[in-house]
This record gives sequence, structure tokens and C-alpha cells, in this order.
Amino acid sequence: MIKNFFIIAILAGLAAIFVTLFWDFGDSETLTPLATHYATNGATEVGAPNLVTSIVVTYRGFDTLGEVTILFLVASIVSFFLKREKVQKEIAPKRETSEIILTAAKLLVPIVMLLGVYVFINGHLTPGGGFQGGAIIATAFVLLLMANPDFEINHKIIATVESVSGIAFVLIGVLGILLAGGFLDNKVLPLGTFGKIFSAGAIPLIYSFVGLKVGSELSNILSNLQGVQKEEM
Amino acid sequence: MEIIALITGFALILIGLYGILSKKNIIKIIVGFSLFDTGLHVLIVTVGYIKGGTAPILDSVVGTTNVASKIVDPVPQALVLTAIVIGLGVTALMLAYALKMYQAKKSLDISDFKDMKW
Amino acid sequence: MNLIIIIVLSVVMVVMAITAIIHKKLAVAVIATGVVSLMASVMYLLMAAPDVAMTEAAIGSGLSTIIFFYVLNKIRKAK
Repeated sequence: MIKNFFIIAILAGLAAIFVTLFWDFGDSETLTPLATHYATNGATEVGAPNLVTSIVVTYRGFDTLGEVTILFLVASIVSFFLKREKVQKEIAPKRETSEIILTAAKLLVPIVMLLGVYVFINGHLTPGGGFQGGAIIATAFVLLLMANPDFEINHKIIATVESVSGIAFVLIGVLGILLAGGFLDNKVLPLGTFGKIFSAGAIPLIYSFVGLKVGSELSNILSNLQGVQKEEM
Repeated sequence: MEIIALITGFALILIGLYGILSKKNIIKIIVGFSLFDTGLHVLIVTVGYIKGGTAPILDSVVGTTNVASKIVDPVPQALVLTAIVIGLGVTALMLAYALKMYQAKKSLDISDFKDMKW
Repeated sequence: MNLIIIIVLSVVMVVMAITAIIHKKLAVAVIATGVVSLMASVMYLLMAAPDVAMTEAAIGSGLSTIIFFYVLNKIRKAK
């Protein structure tokens, strides 16, 4: 089979490249100059204890903006593709959701959402941040959808939250040009005390908006993929 | 420790690529893509690891002086953070396409889609 | 200690990845992918990357497995 031969040839070539890379790999003992700059000046320049957050939100804030845009595009393409049909109703008899899931969903959904909010508000102090918090909020929606498959997420609210937080994210960035050093600079607000919750300038604000935006986009994708729909082709 | 993680990353990439190239089922191809993604993330995080370093969070243990000798490289971690979220978006998009293709031809076999083949 | 944990994790990851590719049932393949992601998140924790570990655990092994199952369910219903 000529196809299998090609597959094996490609894999063998890639494996050879990996072996040469593997021999070149040495245990690194010191940081690269870029990382050294972030590590020594991060505390005074940005004021956030979590260096990953300060890189994601401030030093490379533009990347985050692009990433949120990609998620927005994915959410809109998925909902364009899998449009829900309103006329068609469930024909097959539904299975009853078990009592345990119903009760647990009622109890757990607020707590899970609160955990998501905690994770993105404390993103500059502890591990976590907007993307993780948004994903946790989306899992709360998954729990709701499991307990009640007919549950309709209110698309108006989701669209409003999503667009308002997106606009606010860009507006804070533009304010950075006007009041501070450049686009998405966090010195719009005072830096505050190092290690307190209201510190690090605009980082908690920006990460909260990113969290809300990611959470609503992921919930939108999930509810579009979950919905039972039949279309005539 | 880094060497084992490196080998795991390479192995995951090769297994995922084999799945992408050899499987006929579209869902299987997407699973292979997902494995490839995970292997790549393991690889990038491993490259940024420094022997004996701690997490790049300036808490009371690390302090704020002479930080650069105590922590691991935060830049690859920030890149992987971005890459994981985008990976989810790409997977969701591919699955939506797969669903649409299934609705068009009632088949998940990639060799049934020959309309655009030349 | 860390060395033993990481060897076990890496063996489980490779075995699960091979299972995901060669197993006939799609549901088993999807679950195996989720297990690979979960093990990867523990590995990130050992490599001093807690941020990445949280993201991988929430997104890689949680949400993407759920998305796979939603789509499999839809394909089963469309038959």
C-alpha cells in the first residue's frame, strides 16, 4: 500500500527531527533575558504577584485581545451553522432526569458560578484568571443543561454581557493610550499595595471583563452544540 | 524529569499525527488533532522548565528580591495558556463542520466526500 | 518522588493515547482523550505551571470532552 508507506515515511522523518532536537536539549539553568526582565521588573512595572497574569494581560495584552476575538468568531460561526429550529419540538419520549442531578444542580450552580467569579477576580494574586474563570462559569451552564435538557439560555442576556464586556475591554485599552503608556497599559488606575486585591492597576478589571466574555462565549457554543435540532436540507 | 516529559510530548505528537493521517472516521481525526495539541502543550511547558524552580508567583516564599534565580520561565506558560483556549475553539469549530457534513451525506467516513476531489 | 509520579503519568498518557487512536468505539476514544488531558494537567502542576494546569483541567479535559459527547449524541439522533 503506497499510502501506508507515505504515512510511515512522514512519521519517521518527524521522529528523526525530534531525535536531533532531543540531543540538542540541555537542562536550562538560567532564564532567558526576556524572562529575566519580566521577573526582575514585573513587580515594580505591573504590580501583580502572578507573573503569568502580568504577561498575559499587560506585556502581551494584544495577544489576549486577538484570542478573545478568535473565540468570538468561533461562537458566531458555530451558532450560524447550527441554527435552532423553533417549530420542531421533541418527538421522541424524553427520559426523566434523576432526582439527584436536579437537586444537586439547584445547590451547586450558584456555588460553581461564585467560584468562577472568585477565580477571575483573584487572577493577579493566585493561579487562575479570566480564561479559567470563564471555563468554570461555562461548566455551571453544562450542569444546568444536564439537569434540564430543555433549559433555554437566554440568548439576549448572553449577547449583552458578551458585547458589553468586549467593548469595555477595548475601551480600557484605549484609555491606556490616553492616560498611560500605551494600549492596554494597566497604569490607568493607581498600582496600589503589592499583593492586595485592589492593586495592579486595571488588571482585575480587565481580567473580569475577559472572564465574563469567555464565559458567555463558551456557554453560547455549548448551548448551540447541545440543542436538539432537525433541519430540512 | 524534563527528559521524560519531553519524550511524552514527542510520543503524543507522533501518535496524534498517525491518527490524523491514517484514520477514516472524521471524529477519530479530530481526536488525533486533540492529542497532537496536548503533546505540543506538554513540549512547550517543558522547554520553559528550570531545574528546581518554583511557580512564577511572587508570594511570601519567593519574595520580590532576586526573583530571577528562583522561578521557572513564565513566557511559555503564558503562550500555552492562550493555545489551550484557542485549541478548544478550533475543536468546537471542527466538530460543528463534522456534524454539518454528517447531516449532508449521513456518513462520517472521509472517503465518502469526493465532491471536491480532482 | 516526583520522578516516579511523572513516569507513571507519562506511561498512562501514552497508553491512553494509543487506545484513543486504535479503539473501535468513538465514546471510548473520547474518554481516553479526556484522560490524556487530565494527566497532562497533573504533569503541568509538577512542572511548576499552576496556571496552565488549571486551564487544561477545566478546558482540555472538561469542556472539550463534553463538546465531543454533545456532537456524538447529535449524530446518533440524526440517524
